[in-house]
Amino acid sequence: MEELKLSVMIAVFEEMFGFWLWWGLVILAVSITVLFFYIMIRDKRFYPRHYLWAQIAAPFGAIGAVVLVLVVTNSNLGDLVTPLDVIVMLGVAGLGAAGAVIWAYVAQAFIERRCAAK
Amino acid sequence: MTNKNAFISNRRGFLGLMAGGAALSTVTSPAQAAKVKTKAKIVILGAGSGGLDMANRLANRLDGASITVIDGKKEHWYQPGQTLVGIGLKPAEYALSKNTDWMPREADFIQEFVAEIDPEGKNVTTASGKKVTYDYLIVAMGVILDWEKIEGFDVNMIGKEGIACCFAGPRLAEASAGELQKFAEKGGDAVFFRAPTLQKCAGQPMKYALATEDITDTAGNRSKANFTYLAHSKALISVPIIHEKMRMIFAQRGFTVDYHHKIKAIDHGKKILTFSTPDGDQELGYDFTQVLPPQRAPDPVVNSPLPFLDKRLGQGWVDVEKGNLQHKRYPEVFAIGDIAGVPKGKTAASVKWQAPVIEDHLVAHIQDKEGTKTYNGYTSCPMITRIGKAMLIEFDYNNDLVPSFPGIIAPLQEGWIPWLMKEVAFKATYQTMIQGKA
Repeated sequence: MEELKLSVMIAVFEEMFGFWLWWGLVILAVSITVLFFYIMIRDKRFYPRHYLWAQIAAPFGAIGAVVLVLVVTNSNLGDLVTPLDVIVMLGVAGLGAAGAVIWAYVAQAFIERRCAAK
Repeated sequence: MTNKNAFISNRRGFLGLMAGGAALSTVTSPAQAAKVKTKAKIVILGAGSGGLDMANRLANRLDGASITVIDGKKEHWYQPGQTLVGIGLKPAEYALSKNTDWMPREADFIQEFVAEIDPEGKNVTTASGKKVTYDYLIVAMGVILDWEKIEGFDVNMIGKEGIACCFAGPRLAEASAGELQKFAEKGGDAVFFRAPTLQKCAGQPMKYALATEDITDTAGNRSKANFTYLAHSKALISVPIIHEKMRMIFAQRGFTVDYHHKIKAIDHGKKILTFSTPDGDQELGYDFTQVLPPQRAPDPVVNSPLPFLDKRLGQGWVDVEKGNLQHKRYPEVFAIGDIAGVPKGKTAASVKWQAPVIEDHLVAHIQDKEGTKTYNGYTSCPMITRIGKAMLIEFDYNNDLVPSFPGIIAPLQEGWIPWLMKEVAFKATYQTMIQGKA
């Protein structure tokens, strides 16, 4: 490989998760990110209370991401034996946690708006 | 940049990608070498990984060349994935595609087998008698599994009554997985061995043995099973440091290991394997085994002037310079992959590193120049040690370990990241490679 190419990286992730799961996750991640920025622009402020509650979702996101990766790679936690294995899996957990927090924050913002409208 | 540095840089890129890399930030567009105008007639024999890689590379690199690929095989087998099929993690379809899926539009694909190669007259004759002339020839015909050399064996035995072979193609690998599973559920005697010749992916028999042991262990039947691994020479693998590591792993996992055992015969009814050893023939009963026959060059190569002049050397491998894969007596002929008569490197990873070198020297030859790239014998093997664990083995002609990530991914260290490389990253990188893009 003379250079890393985005197309190959995408192919690797398609292979890892399967075509539909991978692109479903991508669409989900992009949608939530877009919604998060939409809410920030709409509300013109960041709500610490929403963020506080959203953090409850973090462990669920972290565990969910780790379980998903272990399942799609036919692995289990006992297979993580080197420092790099653990670091990479912590990264997976971190991404899952961050994604879940953003998702929960966005959900609260929409629910509160809907309740306020009623 | 020196050639050596270029090589290391490339290898890191390749394996970094397979690692699923934290290197997304380095995603770049490939630098395109200028196209070379030529009317050269290039014939490529074989549409496996080496043949397709070269066809695509030359189609991208040359302007006006006539590129012809000759291969009667319609299916393309992703051979590095056949072990995953053979241990039951993937279906046969995982390793199956068509050669036409990967063929460059610029190439003329003759879907016939090669009958004769005449490097003196610079032509190739196909099975139907069609004569194709060339200015440059790339031999990429792989190996023949010489089943008849095992007395009593028939390829139809694979996937039945305890006989496996991942090398026999994706469908027979899938059938082999069924036999492995049956063994794991009841135990017995499992015997593994390698081909008594040079063979493609010399590490595969060991990874299949270790995966079988792990699956049996997971099924709760390890105490009911005995595992034996038999090497054909004095070592498990030709690289001393890797031999020692594998010897330790087999000992830890309770294998009986022996050396100088060459498969000779099988009695399917009595379930007995016969090996020739320095002490005479030795019989061994089995409930599960992976049969690996001697491997050699295909007949059209063996019967041509292309192999080593000294017939004692090898099994008809093409006599090429090990640094640039160019034939020693016919400079317009190159060999890539399993068929090349080089001391090491019958893996897809070797093809990956051989292809740019051949491209460089062939294009230079067209331009009456000298190529500069060198192949140092690099090959790699993600050695599966358990389902979920593997270790990265990379070495060169000198038996030196050539780790891609010193200090990050330790060579000969079992872990999860090398497993990820094997299980999820290899196929995508392989497919990129056969399109000439890696």
